[in-house]
Amino acid sequence: MPKYFSPEIETAPRSEIEHLQSYRLSRTVRRMYDNVPTYRRRMEEAGLTPDDIKSIKDLSRLPFTYKQDLRDNYPYGMFAVPPEELTRIHASSGTTGKQTVVGYTKHDIDIWSECVARALVAIGAERNDFVHVSYGYGLFTGGLGLHYGAEMMGATVIPASSGNTARQIQIFRDFGSSILCCTPSYALYIADVMKQNGVDPKSLNLKAGFFGAEPWTEQMRAEIEARLNIKAYDIYGLSEIAGPGVAFDCACQKGMHVNEDHFMIEIIDPETCEVLPDGELGEVVFTCISKEALPLIRYRTHDLATITHEPCACGRTFVRMSKPAGRSDDMLIIRGVNVFPSQIESVLLSEGSVDPHYKIIVDRINNHDVMEIQVELSGEMFTDQVKGLEEQQKKMRARMESVLGISPKITFVEPMSIERSEGKARRVEDRRKLH
Amino acid sequence: MTTKQISIFIENRRGRLSEVTDIIAQNGINIRALSVADTTSFGILRLIVDDPERLEAILRESRITASITSVLSVCIANQPGGLVALLRLLEDIQIEYMYTYVSQEGDDACIILRVDRNEEAVERLTAAGYHGPHA
Repeated sequence: MPKYFSPEIETAPRSEIEHLQSYRLSRTVRRMYDNVPTYRRRMEEAGLTPDDIKSIKDLSRLPFTYKQDLRDNYPYGMFAVPPEELTRIHASSGTTGKQTVVGYTKHDIDIWSECVARALVAIGAERNDFVHVSYGYGLFTGGLGLHYGAEMMGATVIPASSGNTARQIQIFRDFGSSILCCTPSYALYIADVMKQNGVDPKSLNLKAGFFGAEPWTEQMRAEIEARLNIKAYDIYGLSEIAGPGVAFDCACQKGMHVNEDHFMIEIIDPETCEVLPDGELGEVVFTCISKEALPLIRYRTHDLATITHEPCACGRTFVRMSKPAGRSDDMLIIRGVNVFPSQIESVLLSEGSVDPHYKIIVDRINNHDVMEIQVELSGEMFTDQVKGLEEQQKKMRARMESVLGISPKITFVEPMSIERSEGKARRVEDRRKLH
Repeated sequence: MTTKQISIFIENRRGRLSEVTDIIAQNGINIRALSVADTTSFGILRLIVDDPERLEAILRESRITASITSVLSVCIANQPGGLVALLRLLEDIQIEYMYTYVSQEGDDACIILRVDRNEEAVERLTAAGYHGPHA
C-alpha cells in the first residue's frame, strides 16, 4: 500500500495541480517583478508585465534566469525579500566558477523540508526509521536538506555528516541506521570499506538509501543495491531551486517525481529555447512558484533529461523526470540536429563497451556537416577478421543513427590513442569554421 | 595441425607497422609467417610466432589490442595443383582467410587457414593424409 506525506496534492488530478500552479506562478512573477531589478528589466525587455502572466500557459513567454545572474548579483542581488525575512543562507560549491549564494525564509525552509519528507515517505520511510545523513552539513544543501525533511516526517535523524568512514559504519551497526543519505560515489566507497573490514551488509539494519548531488547511472544503482544490500533511490535538486527534494524516486524507481506544486519543470531545446514534449531529451528548466526569498523563474539548469506525464504505478500524479543524462553545455549541433556526447556514451555502453573512450570530430566538407566518432578498440571488441570489425562499425553506426538522428562515421582507433585529460574530458573536436 | 595465431589491431597510419614489429623484435620473438589485412582506416596484422602467449602479454602491456585465434597450419606439396587439391576437400567449409609460407624444414609449402569449422576441417584433412609442419 503506497503511502504519501501529502496525499491530497501528491495524488491530485492534473487539472487541480495546474490550477494551483497558475495561481502561484502569477503571484511569483509579480513578486520578482516588484523586488528584483534584474528580472524586472528582463521582463520589460520582453514587453511583459505581471498582468500578462495569468496561467501556466504563459510560462513559456517569460524570460530565462541564468547562473550568471546569480554571479552578477552576488551575493544577495537576486533575493526578493529584505534581510530581516531571511532564515538561512546556503551556497553552491563553486566548482564551475564563483560560488553562488541562495537564501531561504522560514516558509521556504518549510516547503523544502516538506518536499524532502514526501521523498522519504515515497521510498518507504516510517516514523521508526533511523535516517543516517552522510551528506556534508554546512553551506552545501545536502546535509541540512535531508535532515529537516527527515525530522518533518517524524523519523529519527542521525546527523553523521560526511567523512570518517570507519566511524560511519560503526554508527550503522550501533545506532541501527536504516536509511542512508549521501552521494552515490560515497555509498560505493562505504561499500569498499565495509568489504575491507569484513562487515557483512546483511548484518546491518540498512534497507534503503537516497543518493544524489552528482550524476549517476543505472549501473551504479545496481552496484550500490547489490553491495550494500539496500534499495537505492535517486533524489534530485540544486541549491538555486531549493536543494535535494526538487524531484525524487518513488518505490517504482521509474523516474523522479517533481514536487510540482512548488517547482514547475520544462524541457527545452537549449539552442532554439523551444519547449519540448514528453520523451524528448533537452535542458531542464525550473520555475519556483511558492518560494519567497529566491523564487527563480525559468532557471536554466544545464542538466539534460526527459519528462513523462504517464501515470505512475505509485499513484502520484506529479510529472516524472529521467536521471540527468549529461549537460547541455556539451551540446553539438550537426546538420541542425542536437547531439549530446552523453547519448554517444550510452550507445557505446549498450554495445558492450565497459569503459568507452571516444572522441567526436565534427567537420564541414563541401558545406555538409560530417561527424566521425573515434572509438578505442578494446580487447573484448576485437576480432581477427576484417568482416567482424566492419560489422561492428555498421551496427554501431545504425544504433547511433537511431539514437542521434544522424549517421556518424565510426572509426576504430588503438587503445590510449585518444588524449586523456585531468578532470573533465574534452571529447569533442569541432573543426568547422563557422565564424 | 591447429596452431595459435596472434592478430593485432593496427591503425592505418604511417610508421605504425614498424613500431609494432619493433616491439616484437625487441622482445626476441621470431615471426614465422605473417599476413596483413588492410582497410582504409585500419589493418589487422596476423602472425605465427614462437610464443604467441608471451607476445600477447607484451602487447597488452604496450596497450596494443591483440587476440589469439586457433588456425589450421597445413603442409601441401610444393608443386602445381597442390593448393587446389586441398581446397577441394574443404569446398563446403567457409574459409575466412588464408596465407602461405615456406617452412624452414623442407620443400613443403605451408598454408595457414582460418575456417569456420576447425575440427571438421582437421578430421577431413588428416583422413586425406595431410599433416602440419614438423615443430
